[in-house]
Amino acid sequence: MPEPFHPTANTVFKFFLFGGVVFLGFASWMTFVIAHAGYRDWQNMPRSQPVPFSHAHHVGKLGIDCRFCHTGVETSSFAGIPAAAVCMHCHSQIYANAPVLAPVRESYRTGKPIAWTRVYAVPQFAYFSHSIHVHKGIGCSTCHGRVDRMPLTWQEPPLVMAWCLGCHRHPEQYVRPVSEVFDMAYLPPRDQEILGKRLVREYRIRQLTSCSICHR
Amino acid sequence: MRQEDPALVQIRTPDGSPCEVRGAASGEGPAGSQPNDATRRRFLGIAGASLALATAAGCGRMGDTGAFLPYSTPPEQATPGVPEYYATAALAYGVAQGVIVESHLGRPTKVEGNPAHPASLGATDVLSQACLLDLYDPDRSRHVVEHGRRSSWSAFASFLQQALAPIRAAGGKGFALLTETVISPSLGSQISKVMAALPGAQWHQYDPAGPHAARAGALAAFGRHVHTYYRLDRADVIVSLDADFLASGPGSTRYAHDYAFGRRVRGSNTAMNRLYVAESLFTATGGKAEHRFRLKYPEVGRFAAELAAAVGALGQGTAGGARYAGWTGPVARDLLAHRGRSAVLAGETQPAEVHALCHAINAALGNVGQTVIYTDPLEVRPEDQVASLWQLVQDMREGRIRVLLILGGNPVYNAPADMNFAGALAATPLSAHLALHFDETSRLARWHLPESHFLETWGDARAFDGTVTILQPLIERLYDSRSQLEVLDLLLQDPNRSSQEIVRSYWKANAKAQDFEKWWRISVGRGLIADSALPEIRPAPGKVDAAPLLQEKKAQGLDLIFRTDPFIYDGRYANNAWLQELPRDITKLTWDNAVYVSPQTAERLKLKNQHCVDLKYRGRSVRGSVWIAPGQADDTVAVYLGYGRNVGVVADGAGFNAYLIRTSDALWYGAGLEVQPAGATYPLATTQMQKSLAGREDDILISKPVETYRKDPDFVRKIHPEPGFDETLYPHWTYTGYNWGMVIDLTACVNCSACVIACQAENNILPVGKLQGLFHREMHWLRVDAYYRGDWNNPSAAYQPVPCMHCENAPCELVCPVQATVHSADGLNDMVYNRCVGTRFCSNNCPYKVRRFNFLEYADWQTKQVMLQRNPDVTVRIRGVMEKCTYCVQRIREAEIRARDQGRYVRDGELQTACQQVCPTQAIVFGDMNNPSNRVARLKREKLNYGMLSELNTRPHTTYLAELRNPNPELRENV
Repeated sequence: MPEPFHPTANTVFKFFLFGGVVFLGFASWMTFVIAHAGYRDWQNMPRSQPVPFSHAHHVGKLGIDCRFCHTGVETSSFAGIPAAAVCMHCHSQIYANAPVLAPVRESYRTGKPIAWTRVYAVPQFAYFSHSIHVHKGIGCSTCHGRVDRMPLTWQEPPLVMAWCLGCHRHPEQYVRPVSEVFDMAYLPPRDQEILGKRLVREYRIRQLTSCSICHR
Repeated sequence: MRQEDPALVQIRTPDGSPCEVRGAASGEGPAGSQPNDATRRRFLGIAGASLALATAAGCGRMGDTGAFLPYSTPPEQATPGVPEYYATAALAYGVAQGVIVESHLGRPTKVEGNPAHPASLGATDVLSQACLLDLYDPDRSRHVVEHGRRSSWSAFASFLQQALAPIRAAGGKGFALLTETVISPSLGSQISKVMAALPGAQWHQYDPAGPHAARAGALAAFGRHVHTYYRLDRADVIVSLDADFLASGPGSTRYAHDYAFGRRVRGSNTAMNRLYVAESLFTATGGKAEHRFRLKYPEVGRFAAELAAAVGALGQGTAGGARYAGWTGPVARDLLAHRGRSAVLAGETQPAEVHALCHAINAALGNVGQTVIYTDPLEVRPEDQVASLWQLVQDMREGRIRVLLILGGNPVYNAPADMNFAGALAATPLSAHLALHFDETSRLARWHLPESHFLETWGDARAFDGTVTILQPLIERLYDSRSQLEVLDLLLQDPNRSSQEIVRSYWKANAKAQDFEKWWRISVGRGLIADSALPEIRPAPGKVDAAPLLQEKKAQGLDLIFRTDPFIYDGRYANNAWLQELPRDITKLTWDNAVYVSPQTAERLKLKNQHCVDLKYRGRSVRGSVWIAPGQADDTVAVYLGYGRNVGVVADGAGFNAYLIRTSDALWYGAGLEVQPAGATYPLATTQMQKSLAGREDDILISKPVETYRKDPDFVRKIHPEPGFDETLYPHWTYTGYNWGMVIDLTACVNCSACVIACQAENNILPVGKLQGLFHREMHWLRVDAYYRGDWNNPSAAYQPVPCMHCENAPCELVCPVQATVHSADGLNDMVYNRCVGTRFCSNNCPYKVRRFNFLEYADWQTKQVMLQRNPDVTVRIRGVMEKCTYCVQRIREAEIRARDQGRYVRDGELQTACQQVCPTQAIVFGDMNNPSNRVARLKREKLNYGMLSELNTRPHTTYLAELRNPNPELRENV
């Protein structure tokens, strides 16, 4: 009986064998890289909105406090998105007829909500509370970045669990005095470690890594 | 019951998807058989496809992040993310139960008790908890229907005006109104306005389960209508004659609270009340009795007569008979020793004579005004409802009724079978039926009108003591529905007022308040009208004749007893999956009613569990499945009403319709029943197979007479030694912050199951359906175990709620390969759904069997209404994930965050788990064990405190206070 395979078949077989291993490794590496790239999580990507609202203008230039619009931030888990009526406080007088604000006026008139694109979306199995973070000295800019410099808002952090845990394991590296929470331009002092440790003690920050702290 | 091949059982899941299983009729567990017919090839196909999809998803972008839809103009005080609470009242057992409803952005998600309300005191019953699901029931009727075709309210209104024109001309003759028992003052006034406008019209009331006998009994005793309620906190001795007052019926939440109040043994305070129960079925109340007298239904009356004679309630020279002297003697002596501090209650199913006797006994014992309170009736117009309905049916049949308006109720389904209401309805030319569902009556009536749920509309109602609550809506109407008040308005001169206007105008005229706006705000906000309880009256008692009760009745055949189902009641909650799946009192049956017989009778008739039998009673017949109920009187067959409905995917096909053999002269009891085996079997799903403690009382459920505790307060430690603190290889954890723990007082638990349903509502626990129930895959995080003790034919019972024990040395944590169950820093045994891969090792290793596994995708992700109900603070679990009691961790975290926002610790009592909050007897206490002054820490120091199976050194955070009983030394306990 003749040989069914030519001797070169060995080489071809080896090529595909080792090539397959290399390919699988490369594919896994690519999957990993893509999965951890911010692109997947909308990180650092300005999102289009029905009204091109600029935090850079309202916060950075006009100096409106975060809490003027995000009223629930100190009392609720949800910071709150302002009602059209809040916009109309000013915009019934200023730019009262600007075409770009037509959706706001429309919403105020009809009672139909504006569908703002959500920028920060924590998964549904993670329960995040704004109020506790604000009360324990985590500044707005720690998670949201320099919102006062964002013409259209984007998501600053990766919002993955490892990022949450970075702070929950070492809150002393991020905590700031409660009086500075809403200060966008706040820079941590050089002795953040010492200040942080003191504040962690003072604010009784503890037990942050139990699963049920965030997952219920 | 369906008449189909018993080997082929077709059951729908709560989501409506039909599943079929062969061989489930054997009643055995799954034992290798799996309900889904996935072949290996199909599994691999799906696995491969999902792997490919997962890879694709892993590389792709995290979908759409969604949108925010803020208010256009925000309502006052609304903060998204913070729930709001509104007071209203749920209608349970025909009376109002004060509740406070939690609302998330306009959708009610949880019902709690109203601490200010006398019927609630912060707790609720099962029905008030579960009625929330009825609001979101996808099977609720949505449209006005005429002759089976969709119509509209305006069409109905113009039709009604046309139909009424000749009747108006005839002074109202030919118009009849049929309602359920009316206890709402504004509805009563609305009806009397209609009756004034149509003087010749008729108004009838019928409730299949109302207090018919109590009404007649009071009439016989006092010559007038009188309402009775009890103050059991003042009673040291309680005698119940077939009354299941602890777990069902008007005021049961308050009665259970007061009953438990009288038996809190703490430290050196060992005073306890005593409960005697004479009954024919084994009820939850009977299980709590110190002495339970198992009697056939007619014998309960004889027992009452002999007891009345023994306490001197029948006057001089009345021979009482002496059949039960061995029982009535000691009970009577006990009652006489507690004059003014005792109470004798008659069950609503007992005949009027027994109720009249109870009034005489209580009067003779000086209990009136102390423990027994009489008031004017709660009802707007008390009447003999059966006679009233008979008259209506005759008028309908003889063509005297041209237009019949049925507000609520479902007479075609639940009117006595001998009346043939369906036939009478067919003889009525114009009929309209207002109901929550398109039900049996709606099908036969010309018009069907969708009714608003009580959480969608305004109204008012009286509680068991007469206190009035103004009901306020929590949500915009889901469908184009109207309330009874609004439908009646169509008949009046000034129609189309909203229910709010109707209720407000009634109270504006009747409130006698100087500043009505202020009065209205306070009354609605508090959930009750101040001082609206009916004033006490002292009706003069007449002569009571006990002779009929002492007559010997020679009965052929078996006794037949009807009862309302403990949870779906008269059938109105039949489409409520929470209630269908809630295990019934001691049998722990779900999804079906059964033909209950005692073990001896079953043996005599050669019946076994799940055998089908035909019940033949007075020429009518119905087929049901047998369940043997120890503790039931012999030669007695008991059936629950409310099943065999045809109204929605949940109710359809569950159980059999016992109304088919219920006649107007035998509403609750009939003699001469024949039972014929049908030769088939029908499976029944029970959640508890093991009903005996098998001699392990001291490890699991300690129950002793209080005398034992008085003699030796340390007896629990002696019979149930706890392992030493250092008997472990693992390092100890020091709790620096909170250390959550729970204590459950077994003396107080009355097995009402309110905790189970509260847990279900709070934690998004999904019903699984009967088929999954047959495989023992129920998902309840908290169960109430019920055990029989003593003689199998005449046992007593013991109850034990079992949530997760949150063991310090948790066996489940050690075996999880993926660390999906781990300990938190504050003593919780956390379950991390996202880590769980579904090995079920943890459940295997749990000695308490409190872990529940999602074998299938039980959640409904499509039906919008169903999703509205879910608690947004709790993850809805998916298939393949283990879950269990979390001690309501969402509530813990919320309370912690609230406290920490204010820079303080959580106060004792500020945080309640769902089961604790709902418990009428306050049997469940939860809190931080690290603070020694907290209630839970104090109870843990009680000498009755023990851990279930703690010899396994699990060191549970949930512990029990041993049950104590207070038996009469003159009587032998049937333990």
